[in-house]
Amino acid sequence: MQELLSEYLPILVFIGIAVGLSAVIIIASLVLAKQAPDVEKLSAYECGFAPFEDARIKFDVRFYLVAILFIIFDLEVAFLFPWAVTLGDIGTFGFVSMVIFLAVLTVGFIYEWKKGALEWE
Amino acid sequence: MVVQALAFYLFATIAVLSATAVVTVRNPVHSVLLLILTFFNAAGLFVLLGAEFLAMLLVVVYVGAVAVLFLFVVMMLDINFVEMRQGFLNYLPIGVLIAVVLFVELAFVGAGWTLTDEAVAVLAQPTPAGVGNVEALGRLIYTDYAYIFQSAGLVLLVAMIGAIVLTLRHREGVRRQKISEQVKRTRADTLEIKKVPVGRGI
Repeated sequence: MQELLSEYLPILVFIGIAVGLSAVIIIASLVLAKQAPDVEKLSAYECGFAPFEDARIKFDVRFYLVAILFIIFDLEVAFLFPWAVTLGDIGTFGFVSMVIFLAVLTVGFIYEWKKGALEWE
Repeated sequence: MVVQALAFYLFATIAVLSATAVVTVRNPVHSVLLLILTFFNAAGLFVLLGAEFLAMLLVVVYVGAVAVLFLFVVMMLDINFVEMRQGFLNYLPIGVLIAVVLFVELAFVGAGWTLTDEAVAVLAQPTPAGVGNVEALGRLIYTDYAYIFQSAGLVLLVAMIGAIVLTLRHREGVRRQKISEQVKRTRADTLEIKKVPVGRGI
C-alpha cells in the first residue's frame, strides 16, 4: 500500500506545482498589472458588432446523442482493460464471458449503424 | 504517512467544498465545472484507498464524458434560471427526506464496516498481496461476477437503444452522400456522345 502510494507522489507534486504556478500567474496579474476596467472592456466581445443575444442557445439534440453513444463505448473499453490484463488467469470462461458482453453491445452497434445514428445529416 | 494524511485532508476538503458549491453557485456552467473538480478530488481519494483503476475510470469516464454530457444538457436547457430557483422551498421537504435516507444508509454502511472484525484486515490490504489493482479486479469481474457483468452489458445496450429511440430524428429532404452509388456510376450511365451534323443542330 505504501509502495503504491509512493509511486503516486510525483503526480501529487505535479498537481501542487500546477496549482501553485497558476495561482501565482493569476495573483501576479491582479497585483502587478494596471487594472482599469470599464463597461466596454468587461462586455463580451463579438467580432465587429455588439453582442445582441444570450450565449445560451438551444443545442441540437444530436450532440447529446453522439455524447451518450461515446460514453457507452467508453465504458465498453473500460471493461476491456482488466480483462486484457488477466486473460491468462481467468481461462475460457472469462474469455467467453467477454465475448458475450461484446456480442450484446455489437447488437446495439449494428442497430445504431442501421438507424443512421452515426451519420450527421 | 504524513503526506498521505495531508493529501487525504486536502482532497476531502476540496471535494466537500466544491460539492457544496455545485448546488449553491448561480451559474449552471460554473456548477458543472465545480462538479469536474469534485470528480478529480474523488479520484484522488480513490487512489489513496488503493483503488487505482476506479480512480482512472473516474477521470476518463466522468470527467471526460459525463461532464461533457452535463455541459450539453446545461446548454440545451434554454430556461430562465431565476424562475427555476423560486420553487426551492417547494422541493425542500422531499430533498431533505432523500438526504436523510442517504445519510442513514451511509451511517449503516459505516457502522457495519467498523463493527466487523474482518474489516481491519481488508482495509489494510485492498488487493491481494503481489497483485495489482487492475489485475485483482479482472480476476473477479469476468468469472465470479459474470452475471452482473452481463447485466452491465445489457444496461449499456438499453441505454444505447433508448438514446437512439428518444433523440434520433431524420430530417425530411436531406440529400445524403451515397458513396456506393457514386462508385458504381460508369461512363455509360452519364455520358453520351452525339454526332452533330454541321448546320442542323440537335
